[in-house]
Amino acid sequence: MRCVATSTLPPSIQARRTTIAMKLVMAVSGSLFVLFVIAHMYGNLKMFGGQAAYDDYAHHLRTLGEPIAPYSGVLWIIRVVLLGSVLAHIYSAFYLWSRAQGARTTKYRMKKAAAATISARFMRWGGVALLLFLIWHILQFTTRTINVNGSHDSPYDNYVAAFQPSVWWVFVIYALAMVALAMHIRHGVWSATQTLGWTGNVRARRRANTLAITLAAVVSIGFILPAVFVLFGVIK
Amino acid sequence: MKITLKVWRQSGPKDSGGLATYELDDITEDMSFLEVLDVLNEGLITSGEEPVAFDSDCREGICGMCGLMINGSAHGPEVTTTCQLHMRSFSDGETITVEPWRADAFPVLKDLVVDRSAFDRIIQAGGFISVNTGAAPDAHAVPVPKENADKAFASAACIGCGACVAACPNASGMLFMGAKVTHLGLLPQGQPERDARVVKMVNQHDHEGFGGCTNIGECAAACPKEIPMDVISQLNKDLRTAMQHGR
Amino acid sequence: MTDTITEIPVAPTAPEAPSPAAPPAPTAPAAPVFDVPLENAGIAHGLYRDGENISDTKAPPGDIQSKWTTRQFEAALVNPANRRKLTVIVVGTGLAGGSACATLGEAGYNVKAFCYQDSPRRAHSIAAQGGINAAKNYKEDGDSTYRLFYDTVKGGDFRSRESNVFRLASVSTNIIDQCVAQGVPFAREYGGLLDNRSFGGVQVSRTFYARGQTGQQLLIGAYQALERQIAAGTVEMNTRHEMLELVVVDGRARGVIVRDMVSGKVETHLADAVVLASGGYGNVFYLSTNAMGCNVTATWRAHRQGAYFGNPCYTQIHPTCIPVSGDHQSKLTLMSESLRNDGRIWVPKNREDCGKDPRDIAEEDRDYYLERIYPAFGNLVPRDIASRQAKNVCDDGRGVGPAIGDFRRGVYLDFTDALQRMSAEAVAEKYGNLLDMYQRITGENPYEVPMRIYPAVHYTMGGLWVDYDLQSNIPGLFVTGEANFSDHGANRLGASALMQGLADGYFVLPNTIRDYLSHGPYPKVEETDASVVAARTSVQARITKLLSINGERTVDSFHKELGHIMWEYCGMERSETGLLKAVDLIRGLKDEFWRNVKVLGSAEDLNQSLEKAGRVADFLELGELMCIDALHRRESCGGHFRVESQTDDGEALRNDDEFAYVAAWEWGGEEGMPVLHKEDLVYEYVHLKQRSYK
Ligand SMILES: Cc1cc2nc3c(=O)[nH]c(=O)nc-3n(C[C@H](O)[C@H](O)[C@H](O)COP(=O)(O)OP(=O)(O)OC[C@H]3O[C@@H](n4cnc5c(N)ncnc54)[C@H](O)[C@@H]3O)c2cc1C
Ligand code: HEM
Ligand code: HEM
Ligand code: SF4
Ligand code: F3S
Ligand code: FES
Repeated sequence: MRCVATSTLPPSIQARRTTIAMKLVMAVSGSLFVLFVIAHMYGNLKMFGGQAAYDDYAHHLRTLGEPIAPYSGVLWIIRVVLLGSVLAHIYSAFYLWSRAQGARTTKYRMKKAAAATISARFMRWGGVALLLFLIWHILQFTTRTINVNGSHDSPYDNYVAAFQPSVWWVFVIYALAMVALAMHIRHGVWSATQTLGWTGNVRARRRANTLAITLAAVVSIGFILPAVFVLFGVIK
Repeated sequence: MKITLKVWRQSGPKDSGGLATYELDDITEDMSFLEVLDVLNEGLITSGEEPVAFDSDCREGICGMCGLMINGSAHGPEVTTTCQLHMRSFSDGETITVEPWRADAFPVLKDLVVDRSAFDRIIQAGGFISVNTGAAPDAHAVPVPKENADKAFASAACIGCGACVAACPNASGMLFMGAKVTHLGLLPQGQPERDARVVKMVNQHDHEGFGGCTNIGECAAACPKEIPMDVISQLNKDLRTAMQHGR
Repeated sequence: MTDTITEIPVAPTAPEAPSPAAPPAPTAPAAPVFDVPLENAGIAHGLYRDGENISDTKAPPGDIQSKWTTRQFEAALVNPANRRKLTVIVVGTGLAGGSACATLGEAGYNVKAFCYQDSPRRAHSIAAQGGINAAKNYKEDGDSTYRLFYDTVKGGDFRSRESNVFRLASVSTNIIDQCVAQGVPFAREYGGLLDNRSFGGVQVSRTFYARGQTGQQLLIGAYQALERQIAAGTVEMNTRHEMLELVVVDGRARGVIVRDMVSGKVETHLADAVVLASGGYGNVFYLSTNAMGCNVTATWRAHRQGAYFGNPCYTQIHPTCIPVSGDHQSKLTLMSESLRNDGRIWVPKNREDCGKDPRDIAEEDRDYYLERIYPAFGNLVPRDIASRQAKNVCDDGRGVGPAIGDFRRGVYLDFTDALQRMSAEAVAEKYGNLLDMYQRITGENPYEVPMRIYPAVHYTMGGLWVDYDLQSNIPGLFVTGEANFSDHGANRLGASALMQGLADGYFVLPNTIRDYLSHGPYPKVEETDASVVAARTSVQARITKLLSINGERTVDSFHKELGHIMWEYCGMERSETGLLKAVDLIRGLKDEFWRNVKVLGSAEDLNQSLEKAGRVADFLELGELMCIDALHRRESCGGHFRVESQTDDGEALRNDDEFAYVAAWEWGGEEGMPVLHKEDLVYEYVHLKQRSYK
């Protein structure tokens, strides 16, 4: 028979070792991602402002905080924070995933979902999809390890080159990634507000869900729009 | 009515178990689901087969003893307990699959009977207000705002049936725990132990082998007492606060 | 195991059982002929013997107000260091047992608790809906300890002990304090203070409640206090363990034999004292509002070991239950009596209207019979009167609802007026969960169609005889809650059972048991002691016997048949002929049970048929004693109407000259007959008078 766990650690330390603490890690790191993708999407929308606007923005990112911070300094800080968050996010995600696996080793022969949204059910595999996308994405745009359609000095030119109809499959990858992202944000944002304890009544829960759906739509559409325009040759 | 039951039979904790199929006619709409199982069992005994073991006691929807996975839904298609589910919720000729709660923290003892003592141990860990008999001040010494009293009551309505765990894709017991933490945490009497209570309970919950919550919401949809997800939010918040208080 | 397909035959129909529809047979062919004076018909028929009178020796003399303080002071103390060395077994962890375990654990005794459910939180106490009484007088409406005492004695129809009732009334206020401190979410007013309502025919507002779930909230409070002690290591909780025998060594209760209901292991547990808090035995009627597992086994086994059974025939029939809908019915559901505060009860004036939609029956064709017969109390008459009148109008052929057999058993409880007076929202706020429950069970919407109700067995006032210390006549055996006979006399007031359970467990028993324990620790008993071995062997033999009969009838079919007999002859209305017939029928049934019951499966396993079989075997013996008790008590009192004892206009007539006593029955042995010991009841404070609600 299992018995009551006794621990001599102070409550605040014990609290850090719980599944809820894991969830908090995920909610905080996830929220940072949300902020990041919003900013990133906003930056990408500068594609509509033409080559100068976009390149300036890309350059500006690197000179941010100068002269106090060195060239690319702030960008690196952001990168480090993001990388840390990604690791924390992935660690806690897999921790909870494996716990859930172990919590029900005999499956139901028949199980119906009554309330789970598709997004909620797609969270884990969706997260994996996003991870794969991210790796691909960084190899393509940041490290330029994978060159699709040539490498250019101007970030604008790089962008345009990537979404040419000749390499339509790149667009498809991004489009699919945006679907995954929308779904991840849809459940993730709602979930983070709940995890942070901000949804203590029906109204707050409804608001959190509206916020989640809105952000999911805005971010995914905002991201894909410039790419669509490139694909159809409006932006060149 | 005529129905086909596919019932989980498992002779003991170590047996692997399987579904057995039984045909029943002579079922009426006024029968409760458990009365159908009674009828099945009377028939099984007469024909020399061991009856299906299942738990129930009050049959009024309050003791929390009953609980079956019926056609893939905890407590069946209505928002109620299995004992309060009536056959008018099914149609003539239907095939109904009946399984026990599935969670490793709720091991199957026999057929449809599971061991839910993990819930008791979560309460043991801190789900109470420490007051010895005789040590209480007059009941009117501490007024409680009606709004808090009502919300505490709504959370206290939990019957400990375990449907939340059964329905949760992560087999998490957060709704059950959130209900208790909210009930006690909203009352002035519950304040002194508030931080320690939530931490100890959540630790015990994890120790028992329940999954973590990822805010899916199946639990609240299955809860026969309609405990809302608010209580999980409250639980999360209380745990975060306890962490911040950093004692 | 692989998937299999089996064709199930239709459930076998129970062999001929007396149909409850039929009026009691005028003559009882099977019963012995009785040409003897009616007063001692039972004795004359060789059904029981008289023994010497008994009395309570524990209540200290003196003024009723000071008895309890005196007793608390006189009860010896146990040194805290010695408490750990004393073990107390508590069977049952409902309100009475759970609260006792928690309190004894806090005091530092070594407590071993048992219950048959998978958690103490599921005890039957959880089902209580209405509320709990306490003489707090928060409403300043003239309530007081004395008034609660007075109402309880009067409500019990002068068949309870004054000293016990007074104590109950005086500790009632502490209960509320204790529960509030534990976090029990009682209903509150906007100012944040506790709300009260008036309940069950009482004219003051002294009932504390938590919507329709008072029992649940109180039990969860006690359960949490208990779990806290389990964590502290003072209480060892054994769930899914059923007590099957009491161990008596050298005349003292020293332990219990239990069966682990999961592994089937028969275990012996020994202690310095044993507390039975195993609840009531209403399930002897098969259909009752009790939980499926409620049983008499714990107390009956103690009775067979020598504990006297007090007033076994006193049962309470509750007027507002959901009527039976068919033969498959496994239990009856109670709806809180509080519904009678706003609902009006009626049946059609004309039999022809009974099948009609009630909404089509004109106002002038409705008989609001309670308001008609009892204008002062109307729909709020006490439970027994409301129940009996419902039975009367149905017997008169004016019942409503589906006909079971050729008989309609139901009366309307109509909220139409209330809905017009208070708005649907206000009604929902007050009664919402009850009305929803009704709709769930019947499929009818009570906001549109009047509800149907019918009386059902609900509570048993009888139980093991105890003295002021709650100790039975076996030293070291204490009995609390519904399992004892004390406090409620022949009829219990609404909202008083919860009060008694918690009073016993939190405040009374912990004080009185310490007097007994102060003389301990008692000599160590070995598991090899002859009485222990005998108790254990008898349990094993019984289990083996039940499994080996392998007859043709299921346990449930016996239980159902017993229930029919009890309801028909030992229910609301009783008669000499009927009871004699019932004794005969039960004996026949018992005989058949031990020849023809079919219990499958093994003893070393979770085996629910085996559990039921053991319980039904005890019910069969109890049922017989109940009938004998009812037979000997030739008066109408409390909830019971004895046809031979009525006023000219057909109201119940109590007979104080002959029956102002507690009937404490001693087990007469397997072949012998029960022995009747009387405890005379003396009323010094509340004067004996006939109840009248006209
Ligand atoms: C539907 C309903 C509504 C009610 N409403 C009210 C109300 O509003 N107000 C009021 O005051 N009263 C009410 N009552 C009555 C009241 O609920 C009970 O009388 C009271 O709760 C009994 O408490 P208890 O602790 O004595 O027994 P129970 O709560 O019945 O507990 C019995 C305990 O004994 C254990 N047990 C029994 N047999 C064995 C055995 N052989 N071995 C091991 N363990 C055993 C059980 O597991 C359980 O733990 C109501 C009753 C019913 C049926
Ligand atoms: C790097 C790849 C990523 C992986 C592997 C991943 C995986 C996951 C997983 C498995 C969950 C848990 C959800 C559940 O189990 O239901 C989760 C939650 C979440 N994710 Fe991600 N995710 C990734 C990227 C992102 C990104 C880019 C964002 C933001 C746009 C994000 C935001 C969130 C949020 C807000 C949550 C909710 C946290 C909570 O439950 O409280 N994630 N993620
Ligand atoms: C249609 C969708 C997207 C497009 C077209 C796009 C395009 C780009 C481009 C052009 C860059 C290079 C910018 C530069 O180096 O200045 C970049 C960098 C980056 N993008 Fe995206 N992006 C998209 C979606 C995303 C998403 C969904 C994420 C996160 C989950 C993401 C994460 C990143 C990261 C981490 C970098 C690297 C930043 C750095 O460290 O320099 N992108 N993206
Ligand atoms: S929260 Fe609801 S589903 Fe879970 S145990 Fe309590 S009542 Fe059952
Ligand atoms: S379904 Fe499970 S994931 Fe959380 S919200 Fe409910 S416990
Ligand atoms: S049997 Fe008690 S809730 Fe169903």
